[in-house]
Amino acid sequence: MILRNWSVRIGGISLLILIAIAIAAPLLGTVDPTLFDAASRDLRPGETGEISTLDGETLKHTFLMGSDSFGRDVYSRVLYGARVSLLIGLCVALLALAFGIVLGLCAGYLRWLDGPLMRVMDGLMAIPSVLLAIALVALWRPSLTTVVIAIAIPEMPRVSRLVRSLVLSIREEPYVEAAVALGTPTVKIMFGHILPNTAAPLIVQGTYIVAFAILVEAILSFLGVGLPPDIPTWGNIMAEGRVQFVAYPHNVFYPGVFLAVTVLAVNILGDGLRDTLDPKMAKRV
Amino acid sequence: MTTLQVTDLTVSLPHGGDRPEAVSKVSFAIERNEILCLVGESGSGKSVIAQAVMGLLPKTLVIASGKIVLEDQDLTSCGTARLRQLRGARMSMIFQEPMTALNPVMSCGAQLDEVFRIHTAFSAAERKARSAALLREVSIADPERILGAYPHQLSGGQRQRIGIAMALALEPALLIADEPTTALDVTTQAQILNLILELQRRHGMGVLFITHDFGVVAEIAHRVAVLRTGELVESGPKDRVLKQPQHEYTRMLIRSVPTLKPHGRIADSNSPLVLQTRNLGKIYPVGRWFGARREVRAAEDVSLEVRRGQTLGIVGESGSGKSTVARCIVRLIEPSGGEVLLDGEDIAAAPQRRLRELRRRVQIVFQDPYRSLNPRRSVGEAIIEGPLNYGVPRSQALERARRLLELVRMDPGSLGRYPHQFSGGQRQRICIARALAVEPELLVADEAVSALDVSVQAQVLALLEEIRGRLDLAMLFITHDLRVAAQVCDRIAVMQRGRIVEYGPVREVFGAPRHEYTRALFAAAPGRDFDFGAA
Repeated sequence: MILRNWSVRIGGISLLILIAIAIAAPLLGTVDPTLFDAASRDLRPGETGEISTLDGETLKHTFLMGSDSFGRDVYSRVLYGARVSLLIGLCVALLALAFGIVLGLCAGYLRWLDGPLMRVMDGLMAIPSVLLAIALVALWRPSLTTVVIAIAIPEMPRVSRLVRSLVLSIREEPYVEAAVALGTPTVKIMFGHILPNTAAPLIVQGTYIVAFAILVEAILSFLGVGLPPDIPTWGNIMAEGRVQFVAYPHNVFYPGVFLAVTVLAVNILGDGLRDTLDPKMAKRV
Repeated sequence: MTTLQVTDLTVSLPHGGDRPEAVSKVSFAIERNEILCLVGESGSGKSVIAQAVMGLLPKTLVIASGKIVLEDQDLTSCGTARLRQLRGARMSMIFQEPMTALNPVMSCGAQLDEVFRIHTAFSAAERKARSAALLREVSIADPERILGAYPHQLSGGQRQRIGIAMALALEPALLIADEPTTALDVTTQAQILNLILELQRRHGMGVLFITHDFGVVAEIAHRVAVLRTGELVESGPKDRVLKQPQHEYTRMLIRSVPTLKPHGRIADSNSPLVLQTRNLGKIYPVGRWFGARREVRAAEDVSLEVRRGQTLGIVGESGSGKSTVARCIVRLIEPSGGEVLLDGEDIAAAPQRRLRELRRRVQIVFQDPYRSLNPRRSVGEAIIEGPLNYGVPRSQALERARRLLELVRMDPGSLGRYPHQFSGGQRQRICIARALAVEPELLVADEAVSALDVSVQAQVLALLEEIRGRLDLAMLFITHDLRVAAQVCDRIAVMQRGRIVEYGPVREVFGAPRHEYTRALFAAAPGRDFDFGAA
């Protein structure tokens, strides 16, 4: 049923290919993305040059996507960058969903918590999410964990709002009232009866968060407040290429294409999932 | 002259449906000045016929063969532009749910005006005058005010009157009424039925009246056509079909309609008291930020008793507070005053911990079988949930679930299946089994058979009766349907606007109603002169 939807097929297959590329990066003719060689600076795509390994050896290497101003292989950096981007997308989505679900369930089902919780969420939503993420990363030492948390926190209110609205309608269903009458403890009702019935819209929302997180991570890295520069990410590859963009556009072009394709694939997948899992949600998001 | 002639109409269903055709080779005719009632249970294809005539079939349903002739125009071949002209002008329709049939953001006047603007060349003043005249014709007291009102400001009956006025605006030859009174209270239903009868006579229209309710048929029909899974099984004049049904299916349907005569069982007034309410009340404060605070008294001063092995019925129209009382008793909502005594212990005041133990002893079955079971849980999980909550080991609970499924006449092998695999009646049986799983002393049935087809309703009622007898259960039976109440209740409380207006043994209340509201309810019960269930 789900696999019959063309958006799901296209988005899903594109995403699977990207994941395969990220996992198989070492096997796809790449070198260590941190390696550099002063002799191979600013090569154009397809040119051959040299690159020295950590052991002091010098290898001949074809720079499929050219090299940057340090003489690093853009192809290797883009492929390894896919790992970081996808990992961050997934982690942010899981984290934002986990906390958003708990907060939304509490706000929706325990009415006395609703007011205070949702006002805090409203407050969070009033701050532009990229700005909030920058502030949070600046507060902590930049690392994968802090970036994930910093992107996830501004996403949480969106999830919790969605969950809350779903809970508010599901809690009125007679099967929930029947469970109350059967003496089922509140926590069991929240997680056993209500949560499973919110799954479809949440999966869809999850894919949008993945796409958004990948973008925000790229923005943070581009601005130099994201991951430390020794971890290759699409954002900081582009940031490094920015200065020489006119002379050597490949430094920005290739990571940019990967970023755009990934976000597009995830969004198409999300749209397809929405149409198949939850036709009503089109109105809500 | 024949107003509508339907010949061998077949409408095919898309692949993967439960049958290949929604409607198979259906033929009938409606003469001028005649009301034909199309009766059938849910899924019989009666609404599909109405949609086919109006040219409003969903795209997935196609007319495979047959002819629909309105006056002398063949509707199956005349094209959409012509159909649009005919709709409203020569045939029009009134719908079941008057709230959704009217546009909520347009005033009633604007909606009526639109009908005239599209189909006629009247001036604005003339249109307004005609709209007001129409509203007077459908017995709306203050037409000028109502023309400026929006649908949500009107009562259900008024909305349906507006719907009828819109349908009649252009003096159609054919009026199609698709369950027009099903969503209305019984007293309003009686008024609307009278109105339709009167207007039909005055305008000499042909009326195709679709209903599932034999009481309504008895009130309004000239001729009756009975539909079963897309096939016409019987048609003929009302008296013949209702009194001497030829087809076995019609006989079964008519037999299933409960009679208004109370059953003959005599309740033992010394049987021990299970539940008693004293001055139970529920007040909803309607707070506004600005302006006065109001209170809505959903229930007030409700004092009832239910004895072991007996059924107390609460009857009343929508908004009478009967469900509020049920939900207070199960404590799904907090009563605002009074006592709910279960074996002398007050549920209304019980603290959370004690309440958990008390909950086991009072269980509830809801109206809507499609929403009463969690779609993501198997039948088995649903039934054992209660016992597990009270510490019964899983294997024992499953064994009990199997026994209960047998008790409600279902296959014990259904434990692993999911709710969507069952019909409405089967789901209601599962809900009953779930409620019985914790061995309650009191079973509250909140309109538990109202959403079911009449034949299924009869089976579920019989099942509830049997269970009450076998388990010596006390039952609180909430219903709007006097016929159902007559069959199952030992005592009856009639509620109106949150208060009990009459309370007594069923035979006294039905035999000699004392309160004028009770008398009005009986007078409004459709088909009260027909003795159903005896055929």
